[in-house]
Amino acid sequence: MELLAFGKNGWGDELFIATLMTIAVSITAMLIGFLFALIFTPLKLSKNKFLNLIGNSYTTVIRGVPELLVIYLFFFGGSGAVMFVASMFGYNEYIEINAFITGSFAIGIISGAYSTEVFRGAIQSIDKGQFEASQVLGLKRVVYFFRVIMPQMLRLAIPNLSNVWQITLKDTSLISVTGLVEIMRQSYIAAGSTRDPLFFYSFAAVLYLSLTFLSMKLINRLEIKYSRGF
Amino acid sequence: MITSLPKLLSATVVTLKLLSLSLFFGLFIGLLFAILRLNKNKIINKFAYGYSYVFRGTPLLVQIFIIYFGLGQIEYFRSTFLWVIFKEPYWCAIIAFALNTGAYTSEILRSAFQTIKPGIIEAGKSLGISNKIIFYKIQIPVAIRQSLPAYGNEIILMMKGTSLASTVTLMDLTGVAKYIISTTFKPIEVFIVAGGIYLFMTFIIHNLMKFLEKKFSY
Repeated sequence: MELLAFGKNGWGDELFIATLMTIAVSITAMLIGFLFALIFTPLKLSKNKFLNLIGNSYTTVIRGVPELLVIYLFFFGGSGAVMFVASMFGYNEYIEINAFITGSFAIGIISGAYSTEVFRGAIQSIDKGQFEASQVLGLKRVVYFFRVIMPQMLRLAIPNLSNVWQITLKDTSLISVTGLVEIMRQSYIAAGSTRDPLFFYSFAAVLYLSLTFLSMKLINRLEIKYSRGF
Repeated sequence: MITSLPKLLSATVVTLKLLSLSLFFGLFIGLLFAILRLNKNKIINKFAYGYSYVFRGTPLLVQIFIIYFGLGQIEYFRSTFLWVIFKEPYWCAIIAFALNTGAYTSEILRSAFQTIKPGIIEAGKSLGISNKIIFYKIQIPVAIRQSLPAYGNEIILMMKGTSLASTVTLMDLTGVAKYIISTTFKPIEVFIVAGGIYLFMTFIIHNLMKFLEKKFSY
């Protein structure tokens, strides 16, 4: 237990900060994922074949390639790509991107592919009559999307989005390979310096388990809120 | 880009070996725990539920690290015959993958068992077939057919999961890709080739499952 003490002798405070880091990365990645879903869901639903192809290749490629490979691409290729863009604007210095940004971006792109699939499924399962009814009523497209489609879609999407959240949360453990100090990296450091890997990795497992457990509880409440009247 | 292809292809063999062995063991673990989940005894039931909850609620990376780095720390464990298996990163990875996919498979099979129409079982009973034969000849085949689509997804997830073997020094497809990236600094080219190989495998698995679904449909 003294290994988990706060202060200089224990790893308690370090692990606590690392847990906050994991939560921060997961939330950022999830939000970046929503941003990607916002772009790619309309593309996947589009009737235009070319746009459709773009949307489909995004989800197919990301869901068919290991997360770790995507992370390596961003870790090794990220700063190169940014420097390339910067050089077009005449800036030729070396740019190093923060591990937090690279990590959340990589996980965000992965999470976005799953979110896109969830939103596509939810929108497709809304009754067609709803679209027609709003058109007949002469609602503007923006109004009918946000006031008619969105509330119904969210009810259908939330249970699946909670799966996406779990996947995202667990995927953040992979960005420990880039050196960002989250739960996994901190456990690796602690295990290395105390020579007690069994304890620290088991404790990391407990931390992840409690994070998934708590977030499930929170999401269940949201689910109840959005399924009022059903 | 072309010069790295032979290396990556030979690493693909490692990935495929890891995948097939872990799926093989995982299927048995999954079936065992699915049956335990359906048991009416509450303790057995809770135990099986706990197993699948823990393995589904923690990242695969943690599970590999506990098995590979953690278990070797126990002095007593190192003196048993099991150490022959657990000192190899290859087998540690397979054990972690098998336990992980076993947890997911048990959930897939359990829901398949639960969605079997009671009428089928009752029909078997009224024909005077013994419970054991009903289970092996009716329930299991129907459950397998029911769970094929979900199991296909699980195979693809597991294939992506085998990339984590590279974190315990194994040179699988991702491991070799990372090595080539870090020596040549050509991340995009290597990503395209390695990612293409993974996508090709996903494609094959996807179509294989579709074929099986069609074959076993009734």
